[in-house]
Amino acid sequence: MLEVRNLQKHFGAIRAVAGVSFRVAQGEVLGFLGPNGAGKTTTMRMITGFLPPSGGTALVCGHDVREAPVEAKRCIGYLPENAPAYDSMTVLNFLRFAAEIRGFRGADLVGRVESAIEKCRIEEIRHQSIGTLSKGYRQRVVFAQAILHDPPVLIMDEPTDGLDPNQKHTVREMIKGMAAEKAIIVSTHILEEVDAVCSRAIIIRHGQIVANGTPQELKSQSRTGRLDDVFRKLTLDKEDS
Amino acid sequence: MQAVRNCCAVLKRELKSYFESPVAYVFMVAFLVLTGFLTFSVSRLYERGIGDLQPFFFWHPWVYLLLVPAATMGLWAEERRAGTIELLLTMPVTMMQAILGKFFAAWLFIIISILLTFPLPLTLAYLGDPDMGVIFCGYFGSILLAGAAVSIGMLASCLTRSQVISFVLALLITLLLILAGWPPVTDLFVRWAPLWLVDAVASFSLMPHFESMQRGVIDLRDVAYYLSVMIFMIAAAQVVLDNRKSA
Ligand SMILES: Nc1ncnc2c1ncn2[C@@H]1O[C@H](COP(=O)(O)OP(=O)(O)OP(=O)(O)O)[C@@H](O)[C@H]1O
Ligand SMILES: [Mg+2]
Repeated sequence: MLEVRNLQKHFGAIRAVAGVSFRVAQGEVLGFLGPNGAGKTTTMRMITGFLPPSGGTALVCGHDVREAPVEAKRCIGYLPENAPAYDSMTVLNFLRFAAEIRGFRGADLVGRVESAIEKCRIEEIRHQSIGTLSKGYRQRVVFAQAILHDPPVLIMDEPTDGLDPNQKHTVREMIKGMAAEKAIIVSTHILEEVDAVCSRAIIIRHGQIVANGTPQELKSQSRTGRLDDVFRKLTLDKEDS
Repeated sequence: MQAVRNCCAVLKRELKSYFESPVAYVFMVAFLVLTGFLTFSVSRLYERGIGDLQPFFFWHPWVYLLLVPAATMGLWAEERRAGTIELLLTMPVTMMQAILGKFFAAWLFIIISILLTFPLPLTLAYLGDPDMGVIFCGYFGSILLAGAAVSIGMLASCLTRSQVISFVLALLITLLLILAGWPPVTDLFVRWAPLWLVDAVASFSLMPHFESMQRGVIDLRDVAYYLSVMIFMIAAAQVVLDNRKSA
């Protein structure tokens, strides 16, 4: 459902992403791992059509993000890093806006918004303005925006960052609940999360993929059998270790 | 069709956000008080004893110079500061639809403020017998002028993520475009520059094109001038955003 072909991104002299290729099929949850500055966010921004790639491309449900960006964007739900949202809007108005831009009208629009509110359990804050929400609720509101149109591809950049253990658990359950009928990419710095929700994981470093496999396969790369050690082995520079 | 709907969705959101915050009310009050003060206290509209709104329209470029940048400074700068631009541009809208939606939202907001001055022509009609055609032309020209100012402000807003810088930039560009054709300034230049040069520079200015409309003449060339300013600024905004949206 999602195919990434040799994506590259340069910011001047910085090579943020240097040729990343992978596929995600329906029913898969792909964990996207890598140290700070590895290029996870940049890769996601290129797949979602926010940044134009310097090279390579991505196919979302068969639509090339360079040639048919709007069609590709229709198939994607995106939760950007730090959950940006319009602070002055109320939760309800924000979701209505998202639904309207996604092409829903009338009763259909109301239905979509209501079901997203229910799925993300944000009923009690629906009339609160987004700027006054706690981080966890804010994250859930932007999450609601991402799943409102029931997209076949869901891309989430650190969806559990900064949440309390209960909220983390809720978000993971939501991801697992949707996994069967979608192709999902989740970036994270929490390695237990990979065990908890991901069916496969990719580790990138300096914009290149250094490992790609199921959590079990990755663990077997280290004698200790722990994901932390594999991560450290693959991503630490020689001089740091 | 979908394109128009997308523009409208962006427009509605933007317009709502004006009215959801105190900005809209502060702005409108400031607009009315400022135009009222300048028209009545400085230009002494009623004491003139002439039944027209010339002194009222005279001040519009100067009021827009100050207030339009305030209304447009957030359009993209805030979107970039808060990171919501990433959300907006990963939704199925094109950049142009988003730009047009925002542009028309800000313009519509200014138009609403302009139309709120309606008691003025009404009183005038009650007191005397003004030429309503001239007044209509004045409003028409003022709305076009506001559109040009909004497009300039929007471009300035694309250039930075700081609303303050965006405000100052918009103010400077607008001021330049006003002064280039403002008689007190052009009169200075005529003394040492050839007349054709002064006229050429002045033809780029917002002012001469507004003057004839204040007098009740709608010349297609003036309308075309304002439309081309808007189109140019909108196209420039597209180029700037394409290059700088993530920076
Ligand atoms: N707009 C930009 N201009 C210049 N360099 C950038 C820009 N965006 C990202 N970079 C650089 O690209 C590299 C990859 O950044 P990216 O945000 O993709 O990392 P990340 O893997 O998401 O990191 P983190 O785990 O900290 O979120 C970094 O070196 C970053 O400084
Ligand atoms: Mg990141």
